[in-house]
Amino acid sequence: MINFSEVSETNAMIERENLDVRTITMGISLVDCVDSDLNRLKDNIYKKIYESAKDLVRVGDDIAHDFGIPVVNKRISVTPISLIGAGACRSSEDYAEIARVLDKAAADTGVNFLGGYSALVSKGMTPADRLLIESIPQALAETELVCSSVNVGSTKTGIDMDAVRLMGTIIKKTAELTKDRGSIGCAKLVVFCNAPDDNPFMAGAFHGVTEADKILNIGVSGPGVVKKALESAHGMDFEHLCETVKKTAFKVTRVGQLVAREASERLGVPFGIIDLSLAPTPAIGDSVADILCEMGLEYAGAPGTTAALALLNDQVKKGGVMASSYVGGLSGAFIPVSEDQGMINAVNAGCLTLEKLEAMTCVCSVGLDMIAIPGDTKDTTIAGIIADEMAIGMVNQKTTAVRLIPAAGKKVGDQVSFGGLLGYAPVMPVNNYSCAEFVNRKGRIPAPIHSFKN
Amino acid sequence: MKRAIVTVVGKDTVGIIAGVCTYLADNHINILDISQTIVQGYFNMMMIIDVTDLGKPFGTLADELAALGEEKIGVQIKCQKEEIFDLMHRI
Repeated sequence: MINFSEVSETNAMIERENLDVRTITMGISLVDCVDSDLNRLKDNIYKKIYESAKDLVRVGDDIAHDFGIPVVNKRISVTPISLIGAGACRSSEDYAEIARVLDKAAADTGVNFLGGYSALVSKGMTPADRLLIESIPQALAETELVCSSVNVGSTKTGIDMDAVRLMGTIIKKTAELTKDRGSIGCAKLVVFCNAPDDNPFMAGAFHGVTEADKILNIGVSGPGVVKKALESAHGMDFEHLCETVKKTAFKVTRVGQLVAREASERLGVPFGIIDLSLAPTPAIGDSVADILCEMGLEYAGAPGTTAALALLNDQVKKGGVMASSYVGGLSGAFIPVSEDQGMINAVNAGCLTLEKLEAMTCVCSVGLDMIAIPGDTKDTTIAGIIADEMAIGMVNQKTTAVRLIPAAGKKVGDQVSFGGLLGYAPVMPVNNYSCAEFVNRKGRIPAPIHSFKN
Repeated sequence: MKRAIVTVVGKDTVGIIAGVCTYLADNHINILDISQTIVQGYFNMMMIIDVTDLGKPFGTLADELAALGEEKIGVQIKCQKEEIFDLMHRI
């Protein structure tokens, strides 16, 4: 039977070390909503989402209550809207109307984000994909809860540079249209390479076309718990360090597994995957950067950071896969700047640069995340940064993403605040040497060779 | 059998165990195990209780225990289903 110290350990993790289940995300297929009439399509979408997810928030809260573990976010992901709207939308304004319906459905179900205002264009864009992408700035400016993502490359197809170039411009426009709110639109827009179909985390969540009608994906978290556990590993060798991370990841994932099972049973929706990502929040002590410091770095970004992050990421996965048979999504350590106080401190200390962050993305999940850059950064420079990050994902067969905020009217040293889970970010300098001629070339970068690995 | 864990933490005072046990008895809840210590004047108790035939929603039980602790005894009382501890600490 359970003993005293085990109960105290669990409750200390929850009360003092910010252990929580970060999100229950219900994936909902909208394929059966498709109609050639825009109004009927909008009705179908609203009804399908509302009927599917109306109990999601209540059930999430009930589970949190029963087990004494916070379930922070309840969210929805839907089939990429470029596909769903293709038959009915004749203009980008038509797509933006769907975004408003998604926003209403999200608000009425009580969830705090809805992802899937997305296009998958890793090899090329259909006219519908292009219309959706062009509607993103308006859609994100006019809605509160809708998140958007565009997959512009994959290991199998290469990188669609036409889409990369377009996204450079779209990100700038989105920043401009939401400049009165710290360019917050860009915080809800992700550019992906190798985007997973079952990611529960925002802003990049969408319900892939290969998924079932409805599914529950769970994102666990707990950087604070890992950091606390590592406090006992000071001066120990790497084996001990790895064991500590692994055991902690196991415990954290088991909590996610429990919540997943309960939610699936109570909602009557099958369980999909657990995403093992360590997701930081702006709360003190809930930081991935602090884990790196606990391992022995003065600040995140110091030499050794990439190695420490690689170790952390791998051990989290090793502990997590033992705890749950269905692991998926992004599963690694997130390194968003604005959502992680330790990262912000490192940037302010001058220790962490965009280039070092890029190196770190080679070994962890996702990529250049929630980084504020000067508002006057050129479209082509943003496209160049995206292209670099996509190339890392393509060649290394991993998911990479870019969520940059070219904060309108701000320059290096200023600060942008988004509020809540999105936090605040210092504006970081960007290498402004031109890449215009390179990114303005038409076409795509071919898929990499899958042999002769060196 | 469905079990739950009750934890009580707070400044030691007269009648903590009596208060919690009276509530449980009034609600026909059987106590399976109790362990309790006092560290530097702070009272720590863990109880394992049987909630198989609980006559009310589990959430209500947790709320009522929390309120009892806060309003009448002056300690923090948590009541959680047992699975979270089992899954975390057992392979």
